[in-house]
Amino acid sequence: MTLRSIAIGEQCRVGSISLRHDTAKRLEMLGLTDGTLLTLLNKKKNGAVIVKVRGTRFAFGREIADGIEVTHG
Amino acid sequence: MDNSEKRPETRNSNELRIAFIGNPNCGKTTLFNAYTGANLKVANWPGVTVEKKEGSYKFQGHDFKLIDLPGIYSLTSYTMEERVSRMCILSDEVDVIIDVTDASALERNMYLTMQLIELGKPVVMALNMMDIVEERGMEIDLHRMQEMLGIPVIPVSARKKTGLESLMHAALHHKDMSARHRIEHHHKVGENAELHQEYALVYSDKIEAEIARLSAELKAEYPNMQNPRWHAIKYLEGDADVMKDHPLPSEGKLNDSRESAMINEKYDFIEEVIGEVLVNKDEKSALTDKVDRLLTHRIWGIPIFLCIMAAVFALTFTLGDWLKGYFEMALESFSGAVSNLFAAIHAGDLITSLIVDGIIAGVGGILTFLPNIVILFFALAILEDSGYMSRVAYVMDGLMGSIGLSGRAFIPMLLGFGCTVPAVMASRALEDKRDRLKTIFVTPFMSCSARLPVYVLLSQMFFGKWAGIAAFSMYLIGLIMAIVVAKIVSKCTKKYEAHTLLIELPEYKTPNAHTIFIYVWDKIKDYLTKAGTTIFLASILLWFLLNFGMTGLVEDMSQSFAAMIAKFIEPIMRPTGLGYWQIIVALISGIAAKEVVVSSMSVLFGIGNIASAEGMAALSGALGAAGFGAANAYAMMIFVLLYIPCAATIATIRRESGSTKFTLGTVAMQLGTAWIMSAVVYNVIMLFI
Repeated sequence: MTLRSIAIGEQCRVGSISLRHDTAKRLEMLGLTDGTLLTLLNKKKNGAVIVKVRGTRFAFGREIADGIEVTHG
Repeated sequence: MDNSEKRPETRNSNELRIAFIGNPNCGKTTLFNAYTGANLKVANWPGVTVEKKEGSYKFQGHDFKLIDLPGIYSLTSYTMEERVSRMCILSDEVDVIIDVTDASALERNMYLTMQLIELGKPVVMALNMMDIVEERGMEIDLHRMQEMLGIPVIPVSARKKTGLESLMHAALHHKDMSARHRIEHHHKVGENAELHQEYALVYSDKIEAEIARLSAELKAEYPNMQNPRWHAIKYLEGDADVMKDHPLPSEGKLNDSRESAMINEKYDFIEEVIGEVLVNKDEKSALTDKVDRLLTHRIWGIPIFLCIMAAVFALTFTLGDWLKGYFEMALESFSGAVSNLFAAIHAGDLITSLIVDGIIAGVGGILTFLPNIVILFFALAILEDSGYMSRVAYVMDGLMGSIGLSGRAFIPMLLGFGCTVPAVMASRALEDKRDRLKTIFVTPFMSCSARLPVYVLLSQMFFGKWAGIAAFSMYLIGLIMAIVVAKIVSKCTKKYEAHTLLIELPEYKTPNAHTIFIYVWDKIKDYLTKAGTTIFLASILLWFLLNFGMTGLVEDMSQSFAAMIAKFIEPIMRPTGLGYWQIIVALISGIAAKEVVVSSMSVLFGIGNIASAEGMAALSGALGAAGFGAANAYAMMIFVLLYIPCAATIATIRRESGSTKFTLGTVAMQLGTAWIMSAVVYNVIMLFI
C-alpha cells in the first residue's frame, strides 16, 4: 500500500520506492532505507504528507508520497 | 593524508583554515556567527550561484579562517551545493573540517559525518543542541562515540555559546591526522579485521573486496592519488564526477551501482553507534508535534498563515509609522538647519538647491522609512528562525500545485515581501531549472519593502482612515497576480514532471536573538548602502535633469530635460490615469530603486519633508490642482507594484537565469501587466465616481 493510505499517527515500514533515480537516492540518503520505520504525522487532501523518519520530520508532495510503498510496521 | 605541506607560501603559515559543514537546520550558521559576529565576507563560489561566507577568529594566538559551506544532507554530486562543498573540502583551501550535527536528530545527521570521515581529511564533530537533548532527558556517551568514530566529538551549544573554545582547541590539535583516536568496535569482524582498526565504517566483505580491487586499480593508474579508498567508494556508488575526473581503463566495470547497498550499510552502522551511545532514546519532542497539529492542519493551516502575515503587516504599518514620525522630525530639523547654515554663509542658490532639494530631500526621505523596513525584516527573520517558514511550504503545497509549482517555491515568494533580490536568489533551493525560472518570473510581483514608502505616502494622502487597507491590498493584488501569471505560464508551457515537495520540517525553537540581529543588520546595511549610493546618485541626476534644459539652467521645471522625456511618453500613460509628466519622471527614476519614486516626487514638487503631514498636504494640494485624485493614486500604487523591477533585481534575474532573453521577457511582461492592470483599475473606479 502507499504512504497515503496510512492513518495519521500510525507507523509503517518503507518498502520499495518507485521514483526517478535521483529522487529515490535522495530519499535513501535522508534515511528512508528499506525497512525503516516511518510515522505519518499529517496528510492533506492534495496528497502531501508529513512523516517522521529517524527522528526528523519531512514534508513530501503527492508524487513522492505515492512513490513510497509501505508495509504495516 | 593531510596536504598541509603543499600550501601556497603566500598564506600566513600560522593561519588554520576551517570549513563548517552540516545538514540544513543543524544550527551551523548560528555556530558560525557565534565565532565571527556580523563581520563576514559574503560572495558567490566562482562560476556558480551558491553563496560563500568567510570570517576570521583568533584563539590562543592562532588565526583561524572560517568558511561556512551550504547546508547539505550528503556529499554526492546531485546538487550544486553538494558539489561546491565537496570541491571546497577536498581542495587545499581547507585544513580541518568541522562537522556540525544536531544532537537531537543524530541518526540522520551522522550520514554526512560518515561521508566526511571517508574523505580522509581531519574531521571534528561539533555536537550542537546538546541543551535540547538534555532537556528531553536523553544522554549521549561522548567517550564511546569518539571510540567508535575515531574523531573528536565536542558538545557545543551555538545558541548559548558554550563549548566554542573547546571546539577550536580540538580543531587545532586535530589538524594532523596523527592525533587520531583509536577505533574500537564490539561487532564481529569478518575477513577484514585489519580494516576495522583503521576505518570507522567497514562495509560487508563483498563490497570491501570491490573497494580493494578498485583502490588497487586507481593506485596503479594514479600513483599520487591521496585517498584511493574514497575514490573507490565513489566509483562503487556510481559518482559521475569522480568517474569523469579519474577514468579507469576497466571503466570500473560494474553491472550496477552498489549505491543503495552502501547507503543501507552506512545507516546500519549509524544505528549501531546510536544504539551504543544514546541513552533514553525515548524522546519527548511532543511539543513540536502538538504545535504542528494546529499550524499544518488541513483546514486551519492556510487561515492561520494568512493571520500571521496580516499581523506582520499590521505591525509594520502601525509600529513602523509611529517610529517614522520621530525620524521625520529629525529630518525636518536637519534640513532646516542646513538651509539656515547655507543662508548664513551666503552659499549660492544653485548649490543650496542641490543639497537641500536634491540630496537631503531624496536620501533623507528614504531614510525615514527605515523603521517600517526593519520591522518587516525582523518579522521575516523570526518566521524563518523559529522553523515556521518550512511549514508554509507544506501548507501552501496544494495551492502552489495548482499553478504547477511545489510548495517550496512559495518560500522565495514570501521572502519577496522583504526584498526581491534575496527572494530571486532563494529560488536556488528549487532543483529543477524550469521550476526556478517560473518562480523567478513571478517573484517580483510580491510587493517588496522598497515599494512600501510609495503605498504609505499615496494612501495616507488620498485614503484617510482607509489608508492601511489600501496599502495592504497591494500585497494581496501582488500575490494574486503572481498566482494568475504562474497559472497562465503553466498552461502555455509544455507539461513536464514537476519537482514535488521535499523539505525538512525542523523542531520549533525560540528564535535566536543573535541570528536575528545579524540577519536584520545585514538588510539595514544594504538599505543604508543603497540610500548612500544608488539613491544619492539618482537624486543628483534627477535634480540635474529637472533643473537643466535645452537653454541651460531653467526656471520652470516643465522646460527641463526630464519633462521633455516624460511628455513624450505621456500619451501612452494617459489611459492609466498617470498621464502627468511629473509622475512619469518619478516612475522612470523608480527603476533605479523603487523608493526613489517617493524621493523623486519630493524633488519634483519641491517639498522638503514629503512624509510629514505638512509635506503631504502640500503634495496632495499640488496633485489635486492637476486633477490627480484617489483613482489616479490607486492606479499609481498598482503601477508601482507591478511595473519594471528595480535595477538590482534585473541584474539578479540576469545572473540567476543566465539568460538576457529571459530577463528582458520578464521586464516586458511586468511592464505590460502593470499598464493593463492600472488602466483597468483606473477606468473601473472612474465609472463609480
